[in-house]
Order: sequence, then C-alpha cells, then structure tokens
Amino acid sequence: MKLIASIFTALITMTPLQGVAGSSSTDEIAKYRQLLADGNPAELWEMRGEELWKKKLGPQSVSLEQCDLGKGSGVVKGAYVELPRYFKDVNKVMDLEQRLIHCRITLQKLTPEQAVAVPFGSTSNPSDIEALVAYITAASRGMKIAVSTTHPKEQAAYELGKRFFFYRAGAHDFACATCHSKDKQRIRLQELPNLLNRTDAQNTYSTWPAYRVSQGEVRSMQHRLSDCMRQQRFPEPRYASDTITALIMFMAKNAEGGIYDAPALKR
Amino acid sequence: MKIILSVIAISLLVTGCATAAMQTDTGKMLVARLEEDFSSKGPATMERMLNQDEVQKLCSAYPLEMSDEQMETLQASQLKTVKYPADGNYLGEWKEGEKIAQNGRGMQSSDQVKGTNGGNCYACHQLAKEEISFGNIGPSLYRYGKLKGDGEAVVKYTWAKIYNSQAFTTCSNMPRFGHSEILTEKQIKDVMALLFDKNSPVNQ
Repeated sequence: MKLIASIFTALITMTPLQGVAGSSSTDEIAKYRQLLADGNPAELWEMRGEELWKKKLGPQSVSLEQCDLGKGSGVVKGAYVELPRYFKDVNKVMDLEQRLIHCRITLQKLTPEQAVAVPFGSTSNPSDIEALVAYITAASRGMKIAVSTTHPKEQAAYELGKRFFFYRAGAHDFACATCHSKDKQRIRLQELPNLLNRTDAQNTYSTWPAYRVSQGEVRSMQHRLSDCMRQQRFPEPRYASDTITALIMFMAKNAEGGIYDAPALKR
Repeated sequence: MKIILSVIAISLLVTGCATAAMQTDTGKMLVARLEEDFSSKGPATMERMLNQDEVQKLCSAYPLEMSDEQMETLQASQLKTVKYPADGNYLGEWKEGEKIAQNGRGMQSSDQVKGTNGGNCYACHQLAKEEISFGNIGPSLYRYGKLKGDGEAVVKYTWAKIYNSQAFTTCSNMPRFGHSEILTEKQIKDVMALLFDKNSPVNQ
C-alpha cells in the first residue's frame, strides 16, 4: 500500500501538468493516465473507503454495512448510478453524500456534527467521506446511469435543479448555464462540458468523483459543485444541501444511459 | 360537439394555468431553498444571490421568452446605467489593462472583501497574440483597435459594452463590469487602452 502510494507520488512529481502550445489539457491528462499504466491514485481512497465501510464506529460500535443506499440494506453494487433518489424512510430525495451522513447518524449514532466532519480532505486531514464515496462509486463502474424521476419528489428535485442551473445572479450575472449550455466552449484552455448535451453530460457525470492531480485528493461531486459555486461568484453552499442534490439530480438525469466510470483521474 | 370543444378549451386553459403556476412555485421554492442552503462568504453575498435584478430575472428563464420589444426596452434601460468618464478620457495604460485582463480574481467567496478585482478577459476572449491561453465564450478581440479604428462612436460603444454588456446584447454572458462595480472607472480605462492603444500587444 505504502509502496503504491510512493510510486504514484513519484510519478506525479515527475510529470508537471503544464499546458503546452497546441496540446489541450485534456490531451495532457490522457498522456499522464497512460504513464500511470491505467492506474489511478483513487484506488487508495477506494481501499480506505472499504475499510471504513466495514469498520465498527460510534458509541454502539456499528459499521455502515447495513446502510441502505437505495437498493436495500447493505447493497453497494450499482447503488450510485441510481442516486440521487427518493428515500421513503426520510420522505425526501438524497444524493450519496446526504445518504451516507444519514447512515452515520442513524446507524452509527454519530452526532450531526461528527457525521459531516471533514467533508473535503487534505494530506494532513484526510476525509472519511471522500474515501467512502470513492469505495461506493467504484462499485458502480461499468453500469448504466439510471436515476428515476417517477416519484413526485424526484421530479420536483429535477425541476428545482433545472431551475437552479439557469438561475443568473451574483456580481457577475453567472448561472451554471453561462458556461455549460453550449458545445465546445472553453475558459482559457479548459474545455467546458455542455451539460444539456447528452454525450457531454454522460462523459462528465460518469467521471466524478475523481482524483484531482492538482489537489492530490479524491474529490466528490459535492466538492466539484461547491467549487463551481465559488467560481460563479455565488455564496457558499452548506455541505450536502438540498439545492446541490437537486442540481446533481438534473445532471444525472441528463447523463442517463452513460456508462459509469469513476473514480476517475482529472487535472 | 360544442360542449366537447368547450370542455377541451377549459381543460387546456386549466393545464396552461397549472404549468405557469408550477413554474412560479418552483421559482419560489428555489429562492427559499437557496436562502436555507447558502451563506455569505467574503464578497459573495446572499443579497446578490437572492435579489435578482430585472436582467438576471428575465435571463434566468429557459427557454428565453422575450419579444423583440421587451428586449429593446431592456437594452434601453441598461444603456441608461452607463456612466462615461467624467474627464472625457477613455484610454488609460495598456500595460495595466493587460494585468487586469489576466487577473481572474475578485468577488469569489475565496477572495478578499473590497480587494482589487480582475477583469479576467482572457477567460473568454483572445486578446494579445502572445497569450495562447484564452477562452472562446466571447469573440476574439485580437487587433480590436486596428480593425475598428478609434473614432468617437466606437470608443464610446466599447466603453458602454464593458460597462454594461446588457445594453447591447440581451442576456449576454459577459459580466456588467461597470454597472455591477466589478471594475473601477480607472480599470476600465486601462482595459480600453489594451484594446485601442497602438502600442498595445492586442494591435500588433
């Protein structure tokens, strides 16, 4: 395990991901991925996540193995491609991270504060949530993205997410749609997915969470969207909020049918 | 027959109303959710997120459903917000303008309150030829001054466009740099010089 980590670290140090004239950052990532021979540091997060899933925690020493991610108690395989979804026990739509927090509170009896502690990790302060997310999402690799909007609350979440996607506000008048509703747009050299275009939406949604080379961490969808909010000049979203879940619902539905392939590797 | 038709008409009317009401409801629900889920941080305030102005409100509709007349009215009202430089000088220092065009900081939750904002022009536009890292959301502005000249009309138009882009293109993606107080008058002058100065790399 340590050996793998140091090999990854060495490779990262050896390969500065600087944009080169005539070569997009996407090409650079492809080269980097090849250099790693199809390996991905995210595997370390997946392994740690599996340990955490099975680890007995909290005052009553309970693991997360009985957590119902939507496909029945303890079913991890294929759970992520059907999230967000309506959960009868809480009578609301939850994304993966909201559901994980719910299980940590109800099963493991952690306090709400403990359950959301360190949502986004750093080298000195790793996140259990990011590791759990890496493990759970990896168990949907190769499966089709298939979220449901048949329950009225799922439909409502989708509509709310869509409305938010086009909501222009803040100092710069930006909406998500400002950068993500046309094909082949770029900010500087960074290519922007058109999230209204099925292929782009599939390619994007199916590759989150991801190991971010620039950050040295696996980042979840909640993290990705929080950072979008920052760049959009919006205030800060509370971690695992319903607004962000609604936006994830909208994105997931647009990506329907895509083959899930994450945790991925990104710049 | 007549009865059937009127039943259909009434049900269509009801459906229409229901759809419109649903949209308004979703809009209200969204604002209520945002209020609950977000909090001000640094220069990114709740106030600016929740209190959409006329442009932001109308441009949040999808698909856009504005008549030509509505668009013209909106553009005219936005043009009225433009403040031209009091001293009549439109052009500052192009070197400063280049720095502003490169700088993507400002008004983010991670930025300082009342810090110096950038214009981040290169995020969306090509400008100086040497800078190859430019976006394509806006048109290329390479050789802007060389191609457009420096007549009063084009200089005033360009000032107004930077100050409030919504005065010319309804629901433009470009921030309203002057109107929204992102850039100061001096900074806009410097960006103007980057576009018009003969010695600016944009015009080489």
